[in-house]
Amino acid sequence: MEEKKYPRILTAGDGCVVAEFGDSIDMEINSRAAALGNEILRLGFPGVLDAVPTYRSLAVYFDPVATDVKRLYSRLEELCGKEESAAGHEKRRTIVVPTLYGGEWGPDLDDVAEHTGFSPEEVVRRHSGLDCYCFMLGFTPGFPYLGGMDPALETPRLKNPRETIPAGAVAIGGKQTGIYSIASPGGWRLIGRTPMRLFDPDRDPPIFLEAGMWIRFRPIEKAEFDEIEAASLKGSYRPVILGEEEGSS
Amino acid sequence: MSALVLECRLPGMLTTVQDGGRWGYQGKGMPVAGAMDLPSFRRGNILAGNDENDGAIEVTLLGPTLFVAEGEGMVAATGADLGFQINGRPAPMWTAVAVGAGDVLSFSGPLSGCRAYLCFSGGVDVPPVMESRSTYTRARVGGFLGRALKKGDTLRCGAPLSLWRKCEGLVCPEGLRPVYPPEAPLRVVPGPQDDLFTEKGKDTFYGSEYTVSNSADRMGYRMDGPEIEHTGAADIISDAIPLGAVQVPGHGQPIVMLADRQTTGGYTKIGVVCSVDIAALSQRLPGQKVRFQKIPLDDALALAREEAGKRDELRRLRSAWRSAPGEPVPLPVSGPDLPSRGEARIRVDGEEHRISWEEIREVE
Repeated sequence: MEEKKYPRILTAGDGCVVAEFGDSIDMEINSRAAALGNEILRLGFPGVLDAVPTYRSLAVYFDPVATDVKRLYSRLEELCGKEESAAGHEKRRTIVVPTLYGGEWGPDLDDVAEHTGFSPEEVVRRHSGLDCYCFMLGFTPGFPYLGGMDPALETPRLKNPRETIPAGAVAIGGKQTGIYSIASPGGWRLIGRTPMRLFDPDRDPPIFLEAGMWIRFRPIEKAEFDEIEAASLKGSYRPVILGEEEGSS
Repeated sequence: MSALVLECRLPGMLTTVQDGGRWGYQGKGMPVAGAMDLPSFRRGNILAGNDENDGAIEVTLLGPTLFVAEGEGMVAATGADLGFQINGRPAPMWTAVAVGAGDVLSFSGPLSGCRAYLCFSGGVDVPPVMESRSTYTRARVGGFLGRALKKGDTLRCGAPLSLWRKCEGLVCPEGLRPVYPPEAPLRVVPGPQDDLFTEKGKDTFYGSEYTVSNSADRMGYRMDGPEIEHTGAADIISDAIPLGAVQVPGHGQPIVMLADRQTTGGYTKIGVVCSVDIAALSQRLPGQKVRFQKIPLDDALALAREEAGKRDELRRLRSAWRSAPGEPVPLPVSGPDLPSRGEARIRVDGEEHRISWEEIREVE
């Protein structure tokens, strides 16, 4: 098969165009897609409705009648070229996700400990010890696709998925870790729960996470869980976002 | 005059509040939702005197029975012919009809198509969630409490634009209605992953007849038919799923992704159904036949412009209809800062006059 050249612009119907930066799950590629998304929204290109960064591409949605489509295509090509030099200069932002591990909030913590050969305390230490990178949001509103979990924590999914997993469940599925943003069925191992609501349609913003952010799980006790949960229910909880560190190396 | 209040006496099969869709949040994983047949939905709103993307009721196959509990206003029924009735008698579709407290809107049963729209002057006024009134039932977001209507629910309409009464009797001429001939192929713009299919696979897709399967809902329509061949794996690194995207998973059967589609997915997309034909598909039912026809992007854009032109024409007819029988409406002020609609009171010779105005959009 012939070699593909990146970045490339792909037609995706009469209301969407895709800028693709590569063909692998890679932070450098991903951060370029996210940066281009922010740029195109900042520009306020007439007719553009939405910009959706994913692992290795950016989809730009537009109104086919209100948009000068040829100009949008050429603008994207131009910006794709420029992003090459801008990549990596975006500030690293890390959102802290308070998490109550184990017990009824993480019923599979002991199974993960048994599978990995660590003590439950060591699983928690390793899970909260490395920051994870949010490549994209999808599956359900506010669900982050994370990379960067300690590989030693890899645990297979459950053979029989649960019918309902509560919103806020922190889980491990294979090599990945994630947070269920709304109650939904799923087969990942539940090791804890965050009282922070990843998705609250009545809050501004409804979703705190963004593609390109880092996530740091912070172990908490029940008293703090209850406090944060109460504030979350009122819509007054604001997460800690660390934003002044250097870009990733 | 008070705005319409509607009471749901019978919910119908799947009756939801929808608008032009929840745009701007797909990057956060929030699906767009919105009316499945946008051309019909928008014409209904224009007839009812509204902005074309105002909230309205989407009716699926078996329609609801709605009782007008309060107020007065216009209703326009568009889309599929599901046997629209007012007070038990057949009522005209594609027409602005005046209704008021005590009237009953219902449907006698499907005659053709799948989805109809009930648009009311002032728009169905559920609280906007993330800037939209569309119902996305999977996450229980928007619309009426995030779900389909149930018996006993009460819906309120917004205050109609000041000239609403003058829409009465306005008809969308046949030439301006969307037409969905059952044998017409769905036009598809190739991409974004058409290079991951063999020539044989693409010939199969564009040359075969497919049948709408029983897995056909607001999220997407799965088709049954000849298997479409990939060059290699059917899975890709997950990326965005545009409206109308034709996903082909490993089983080789195409799935056309519609209003409630998830924002991202990991299957190859051979092409994207052009925007004007998405409505045609959403009016088809399981068991009906579908063919796909390849067209270039420029042709799809021209079709979208043609569709927008017809709606502009309907708005022109509306302006003419509204200004024809009555007296000219004077503008109290002029200049670039004049709001697009409003009301004012002026006193002339001790007598108070109420003046309302509304900008009628000029189109080329």
